Amino acid sequence: MFRNTYDSDNTVFSPQGRLHQVEYALEAVKQGSAAVGLRSKTHAILLALKRSTGELASYQQKMFRIDDHVGIAIAGLTSDARVLSNFMRQQAMGERMMFNRPMPVNRLVSSIADKAQVNTQEYGRRPYGVGFLVIGQDQSGPHLFEFSPSGNSYEYYAMSIGARSQSAKTYLEKHYESFADCNLEDLIRHGLHALRETLQQDKELNVNNTSVGIIGPMGQHEKPISPPGSFRILEGDNVEVYLQSMEKKEEAPAPASVPDAAPAPTADEDVQMSG
Amino acid sequence: MDHFPTNWGRPRNDAFDAYATYPIHQRPYNGPKDSFADGVQRTQQPIVTGTSVLAIKYKDGVMMAADNLASYGSLARFKDVQRLHQVGNYTVIGAGGDMSDFQYIQYILEELSIDEISAQDGHELGPVEIHEYMSQLMYARRSKMDPLWNSLLIGGFKDGKRFLSYVDLLGTTYSASTLATGYGAFIAQPLLRKAVEGREDVITEEEARKILEDSLRVLFYRDARSLNKFQIAAISSAGVSISDSMQLDTAWSFAENIRGYGAQTQ
Repeated sequence: MFRNTYDSDNTVFSPQGRLHQVEYALEAVKQGSAAVGLRSKTHAILLALKRSTGELASYQQKMFRIDDHVGIAIAGLTSDARVLSNFMRQQAMGERMMFNRPMPVNRLVSSIADKAQVNTQEYGRRPYGVGFLVIGQDQSGPHLFEFSPSGNSYEYYAMSIGARSQSAKTYLEKHYESFADCNLEDLIRHGLHALRETLQQDKELNVNNTSVGIIGPMGQHEKPISPPGSFRILEGDNVEVYLQSMEKKEEAPAPASVPDAAPAPTADEDVQMSG
Repeated sequence: MDHFPTNWGRPRNDAFDAYATYPIHQRPYNGPKDSFADGVQRTQQPIVTGTSVLAIKYKDGVMMAADNLASYGSLARFKDVQRLHQVGNYTVIGAGGDMSDFQYIQYILEELSIDEISAQDGHELGPVEIHEYMSQLMYARRSKMDPLWNSLLIGGFKDGKRFLSYVDLLGTTYSASTLATGYGAFIAQPLLRKAVEGREDVITEEEARKILEDSLRVLFYRDARSLNKFQIAAISSAGVSISDSMQLDTAWSFAENIRGYGAQTQ
């Protein structure tokens, strides 16, 4: 009720000490379709559920390559995602030019976090409406980071963002301790199980709506790539073999999925501008 | 007739340039002037200079040597100058050429190191990164026609790998297991190559030191802008160590056999 008077300006705190515009921006991230990230000692992977506006349309791209050693999955406003990922590419490229080394992943994520923070403090600017899961590898091994429009970034063993991501988080919390020693195929299988949790009733993962991003050495089913394993995206038929490896879902009726802030009665009515 | 009022009353030659077409007509400029920029001068020549720097790869790492002289033209002016500078925990940079530009380079690298240290995330600048940064910097300055008038050797040891490279005022870079700048490139390089090439993984620290000292001695005999007081830096898995200044022993007694030496008449 009262929060409506404190939520139109970015630079106004509410009496509870909250910035409502930033929180609304986080809502935009929750509107996007789910993305899941997890890592082991050797690999870090991203899995994303792609949305399409209808049968005639293509599926919205959810993953971007930033550099050989960094890739991202997005949830939220795709246009904001393009701007921020372009900025990340410039930063990574600049580091290679100036220092002849791949940009340390934590510094790359900090650079967009600092950039996003500016938009939460300046009058007249709106926060970015997109969240990222960033995977990368550098001298200290593979990493997974989450970036959110509030300007916060954290490193995780496993994380998910987007619509119905809480269900995926529940799965990840149950299994994350086994991830460290998984091989690539098992890691992808865990990720697909987690992603499956975010689906609505009667939907399923298929080669059209699933994409997998990988950092780390070559897996069993991949065509030869040189170590240390640059970021690559698997889509379409390349994903089939991993989808086959999933275990059948239990038929026990799942409790009604966590009610979202916005109603979504059928898939086609999902918000169109976000991916 | 001449149509341009600004040419009336000015010298012109009706015979070949009736309309005063040359020099090209320009409106007088009365706008804001940047008198500071007008007075800026770019580096035209080095003033206080250092001479050769030598470096070789050896079994445990990289060794670099330079004398302690900064000359003011032909005057041996500053005789306790350190031309080898440590950057971070893995790199040494040695400079010949203009010493004030080298001091500026040291300042820049110090700032870089501070930023890297404050990140505190386990990443450190090694010789590869320093060399790339310096190459970009030197080339950018040369492209602005305002060079940092130096020839630099960058040597280091990180992650089990030796590194040795050269970059100069033109932005030229190269890498080898023996490098030398200035007069050293002509006089010392053949000596270093003979002693080192093919044996980089065999040469011990003592032998490496001797190789560099012998080359420095030859340079002191032959380079008229050198000094027999020098330092040697060794970079290995144990880190960076730059020695204190040492004296080179030399033998000048051969001079007495030269006709016309000293008070001799024949």
